[in-house]
Amino acid sequence: MNGKWMEVITEYFRTNKDLYLEMVSTHIKISLIALLIATVIGIGGALLVSGNERAQKILSAVFQTFRVVPSLAVLILLIPIMGTGIMPALFALTLLAVPPIFMNTISGLTSASPFTIETAVGMGMTKRGTFWKVKWPLARPMILAGVKTAAIEIVASATLAAKIGAGGLGEIIFTGLGLYRMDLILIGAVSVATLSLMTGLILDGADKLLVPWK
Amino acid sequence: MNAITFTNVSKQFPKTNYKAVKSVSFEIEEGELVTILGSSGCGKTTLLKMVNRLYDPDEGDIVLFGENIRDVDPVVVRRRIGYVIQQSGLFPHMTIEDNISTVPKLLKWDRKKQQERCRNLMELVGLDYEKFHKRYPHELSGGQQQRVGLARALAVNPKIMLMDEPFGAIDAINRLNLQDELKKIHRETNQTILFVTHDINEAFKLGNRVMIMNEGKICRFDTPQNVIRQPGDAFTQSLVQSAMDQEKFWREYRD
Repeated sequence: MNGKWMEVITEYFRTNKDLYLEMVSTHIKISLIALLIATVIGIGGALLVSGNERAQKILSAVFQTFRVVPSLAVLILLIPIMGTGIMPALFALTLLAVPPIFMNTISGLTSASPFTIETAVGMGMTKRGTFWKVKWPLARPMILAGVKTAAIEIVASATLAAKIGAGGLGEIIFTGLGLYRMDLILIGAVSVATLSLMTGLILDGADKLLVPWK
Repeated sequence: MNAITFTNVSKQFPKTNYKAVKSVSFEIEEGELVTILGSSGCGKTTLLKMVNRLYDPDEGDIVLFGENIRDVDPVVVRRRIGYVIQQSGLFPHMTIEDNISTVPKLLKWDRKKQQERCRNLMELVGLDYEKFHKRYPHELSGGQQQRVGLARALAVNPKIMLMDEPFGAIDAINRLNLQDELKKIHRETNQTILFVTHDINEAFKLGNRVMIMNEGKICRFDTPQNVIRQPGDAFTQSLVQSAMDQEKFWREYRD
């Protein structure tokens, strides 16, 4: 049995190597772009409303609501509006990823202890200086945690993007499901899982680099 | 010249119906180490924080070295004054060296001068530069952190130091050491120090004058000897009495 599986899988890679690599690269590309946009929106949005508690509450509520809608539903709902392909996939994945980054940035920026802030001000830091030299760096670990959550969710959900023709590793899985080809499903699933794990590891590495004081 | 002059200074916080500090006036000469003693809520911290404009008084004038601080940008006032609080308030994301160099950096000293100053300061507060300068605050004990806090406040050799129960959270033995070192530093630098505490022994040991506060007012402001000999009002009397009772308690147990 084992031997047979190995044979089938080796055969797949021998004949479909280029296709496989392309799907991996599409998957990574979609994920990276979505993560980048979500990071800009999430952190930027949080910075814009930092200091305005009302706006923070409203935006948090809005993002939380979006987050509850399953990505697959968003993808399907987008078809009449944006059609199929990469754009609607990017849109749905970004929507999924903004909330954790936004929320974590907000709570990160309020995580500095009041005593730390008091001494910063007491020693003569300006409001701006206190923000960029104290509040912002102390928020980084939480922001990074938010980005990590978002990245892993994106990599996993990007699989669904194949459903609307955006490509990526989902294609192998959906093809496998359609053809009852367990080997394809297995290859797809293991690849996505590996990519997710690697994403987590890379961002853990970034954590060590950006947060040396922990 | 007087280092610090308060004239009829009052402060009431919004949403309260009492004054935290009630029309307080006093003068402190350059080079004095004044301890402010009182129970919590007596206004001692409020009074301290008005000196570096963390709070602004509602009434009255505060003059530092002939300059009314109302007319000076708060940021400028604060950079001239050393400030230490109980919780050390060290920046957890900065190394010990960067923490100590906070104000030199704000004042844009060149790197070499910063580093040299940091080395001297760490020596002054009894911390080995090579061993500690690259560490982060959480890697230090409470006593060591407070030494760093002290070094940081001393960084630009400010003429005035404000200390808000700086040794309050430190165990008894370390506290005594730190008190002795503060006295030594004070002798060497001739800075004017305002030191808030609720520990009567600390207040009388450190201060060359002790300011006793109760309910927003100054009850007594005199040398430790004079206060002990003639406590004056009832509040001061009870304070001195409580310290003596405590001493009696220790003696009884020893004998």
